[in-house]
Amino acid sequence: MNQYPLWKNMMVVVVIILGVWFALPNFYGEDPAVVIAKENGLAFSQLETSDIEEYLQEINSGYKSIRRQEKQILIRYDQVEEQLSGSDSMRAYMGRSATVALTFAPRTPNWISRFGLKPMSLGLDLRGGVHFKFQVDLDAAIEQRLNQYIADINKALIDKRIRRNIKKQGNVISIELFDPEDLSRARSLIREIDPLLVIETVPGKTSPGLQVEMTQDQLKQRRDFAIQQNILTMRNRVNELGVTEPIVQRQGLDRIVVQLPGVQDPTQAERILGATATLEFRMVCENESAFAAEAKGRAPIGCELFVDRVGNPVLLKKKTIVSGDQLIDASQTFSEGRPAVSIRLDNKGSKSMLETTKRNLNKPMAVLFIQQRQETKERDGQFVTSSVLEKEVINIATIRGVFSSQFQITGVSVVEARDLSILLRAGALAAPIFKVEERTIGPSLGQDNINRGFQAIVIGLAMVLLFMVFYYKGFGLIANFGLLINLTLVMALLSLLQASLTLPGIAGIVLTVGMAVDANVLIFERIKEEIRIGNSPQASITAGYQKAFGTIADANITTLIAALVLFTFGTGPIKGFAITLTLGIITSMFTAIIASRAIVNIVYGQRTINKLRI
Amino acid sequence: MIVKEFNFLSKRYVALAISVILLLTSLAALTFKGLNPGIDFTGGFSVEVSFQEPPVISEIRDELASGGFPEAIVQSFGSSKDINIRIMPRENIDNKAIGKQIEEILNYSANAVELRGSEFVSPQVGDELTEQGGLAMLFALMMIMIYIIFRFQWKFAIGAVVALIHDVIITMGVFSIFQITFDLAVLAAILAVVGYSLNDTIVVFDRIRENFRLRRKEQTLDIINTSINQTISRTIITSGTTLLVLFTLYIIGGKSLEGFSLALIIGVVIGTYSSIYVATTSVLFLDVSTTDLMLIKKEKVDDGMP
Repeated sequence: MNQYPLWKNMMVVVVIILGVWFALPNFYGEDPAVVIAKENGLAFSQLETSDIEEYLQEINSGYKSIRRQEKQILIRYDQVEEQLSGSDSMRAYMGRSATVALTFAPRTPNWISRFGLKPMSLGLDLRGGVHFKFQVDLDAAIEQRLNQYIADINKALIDKRIRRNIKKQGNVISIELFDPEDLSRARSLIREIDPLLVIETVPGKTSPGLQVEMTQDQLKQRRDFAIQQNILTMRNRVNELGVTEPIVQRQGLDRIVVQLPGVQDPTQAERILGATATLEFRMVCENESAFAAEAKGRAPIGCELFVDRVGNPVLLKKKTIVSGDQLIDASQTFSEGRPAVSIRLDNKGSKSMLETTKRNLNKPMAVLFIQQRQETKERDGQFVTSSVLEKEVINIATIRGVFSSQFQITGVSVVEARDLSILLRAGALAAPIFKVEERTIGPSLGQDNINRGFQAIVIGLAMVLLFMVFYYKGFGLIANFGLLINLTLVMALLSLLQASLTLPGIAGIVLTVGMAVDANVLIFERIKEEIRIGNSPQASITAGYQKAFGTIADANITTLIAALVLFTFGTGPIKGFAITLTLGIITSMFTAIIASRAIVNIVYGQRTINKLRI
Repeated sequence: MIVKEFNFLSKRYVALAISVILLLTSLAALTFKGLNPGIDFTGGFSVEVSFQEPPVISEIRDELASGGFPEAIVQSFGSSKDINIRIMPRENIDNKAIGKQIEEILNYSANAVELRGSEFVSPQVGDELTEQGGLAMLFALMMIMIYIIFRFQWKFAIGAVVALIHDVIITMGVFSIFQITFDLAVLAAILAVVGYSLNDTIVVFDRIRENFRLRRKEQTLDIINTSINQTISRTIITSGTTLLVLFTLYIIGGKSLEGFSLALIIGVVIGTYSSIYVATTSVLFLDVSTTDLMLIKKEKVDDGMP
């Protein structure tokens, strides 16, 4: 007799119930919404929430509902237009204290979402998402390069003891020399730094001087590099946020477009994407009074005036020990109960850090937090966004021991530690960027196309189901049941993983449906063969499942290997396809081999059958 | 019950000739004609327009199609009145002229339209996708070969990979010959073809392995022929049901699924053929024999009872 032990039947039932449960949120729609999160990571109070609600009513914004959830406030709207103007007014109302972001909020009822269940996130092609446009500050990229040239030239001239005075005038570096004999030496030194630079001799007071310029080609290269590097960094950031299937592309000469489908935490995406936060390590100017310098409004030579987090003035050496681009890895952690960022430096950075700590034991070193932030203000009824560069000393610690490549810094909030480690990991931007546009966008495939696509999938599937019943009778019915469970399980897993489902992803599902059918076909054909050679129905069922199992396993594992490799090494759409394919193979093996067998056992297992209709 | 066996492999030289011709034609087309990349790969123009009243997006799409931009991607953009349109790059025309042209086409009704801007956009997928994707494929092939060597034998590994490459090249060849747009969805379909082709081939190989162990005295050719015959009903049913879904997608699935389902249809047909002829003929040419499969320690396939 064919019978499963009770635990196996129970397992099948439990998996099916779990599958249905996790797939459930997909049957409700979504609302356009605005999320607000406090900058310091704290929750909103009841009072603050009602204040915001009052403000919303005051400005007559057509919102649908407002709700506190975890540490955020979620405002739902009926229309995307209302959502857009709503986010603008909230940004002006909240000011710097909070991040405001656009999103889509699932309409999943409370009794389901209470358990943290979320619907599958659909990709940009099927549902659309949030669109950001960033302006890349190319002038700043050029200026950075020029400053680098100036530093290099200065160092080369100092090394050869050439008296000089270097100034930057627009995009021209002008070098004043004091001894005519230095002219040709200086010229050849600059040639050594970069043979492509345009060097011209200009008359000077005591000696002719030099003017150095980048060629048009170099300028263009530098701009292109800045954009390419920024696109790369933005892609890294989006990846760090865990967003699948984003679009990051260059638009026009100097803009970068980022489009994201669903995002776990939209306020974090909002902060991270446009952020330029980085760190710098410097020694403290110990023998000078910071307060005196603040009063005078001028820092002593070699020092620079900053403020710490509570607003006290701090004097730091102008020379940087390690800058942000020398950090190669960062992760959020805790140090003695306080949020911290664990940092790893590259070779150059560790060398510099090692030397500094060796020479400056028991002296204070400061961590400088540098970021460019955008502020939205209401000016004459218009919302204007401007960007401000902020430098803050977040931590001063006495060097107690010698260290080089790996260490931790504290002095940041939990949110900052999380964001900072993402930003540092994603790599530095080659030029500052400013957000110039943020909107929700509709699906890139037409709604009619999406509808027709889904309709076709449903009809195609129905035809397969019909064929299976027609061809395999009762067994076909069982296979179909397994097929539907399979689809539910794929949906449940995709909802759990929150991977974006795009058209290529659906391709993966279609293929796995084919494979799920295939597994059943393999089993049923084997059963038929066994009956043909004269075995009893019960023995045929057992042998059919047994013999087909090896084939199904080999075929599926081979495909699974391909899918896993594509998932590990592929990017974007290749990855998306690999996810659905992997999930589909696993679920189809479960449904075709275990679930269908359980039903077969229940239907046919406990009785004597004289003839099997298959 | 005696089932009359069809001698598939007697036609193997015909099949070989067909495969070689198809492969050479495909390779020639891919080399000289290349693929016709979609907007995902080429980038293009992004045009923003604003209407006075919310327009119907499908109407815009139709107007653009009859105005010479059948590939246009039309998306609502922040509000229901603002629309973003993406189109393929065209020769001898700059973004300003394109913007104007689009504006004129969209001025088809009383609903006034205003051009907000038009700019060039870079490809959605950069070179790194091609590079990383290519590397991922190579690595995947290696891993598959290792698994098949471990489970079967190296001759089977080569047979499976030959069939796989055969299927992918011919499918891409069809897209090249007819210059059908190759976009990201088609790329996904090609990956699906890889999965399908493997699946199909392994099922036949599995039977060959089983028969080699059961019928040690028989000729290799006969064993392979028997195996193909034993699996042919499964091959036809599986391919048939898959094709049923794919043809439905192709016929009623709309424009966005056309290229995708076409690639899969070609891939499944070629994949079915190659699992019968290419993969098996390959192992035959490599002179596979009973001893090849006996080297493995005692098989434990039947232990894995579900």
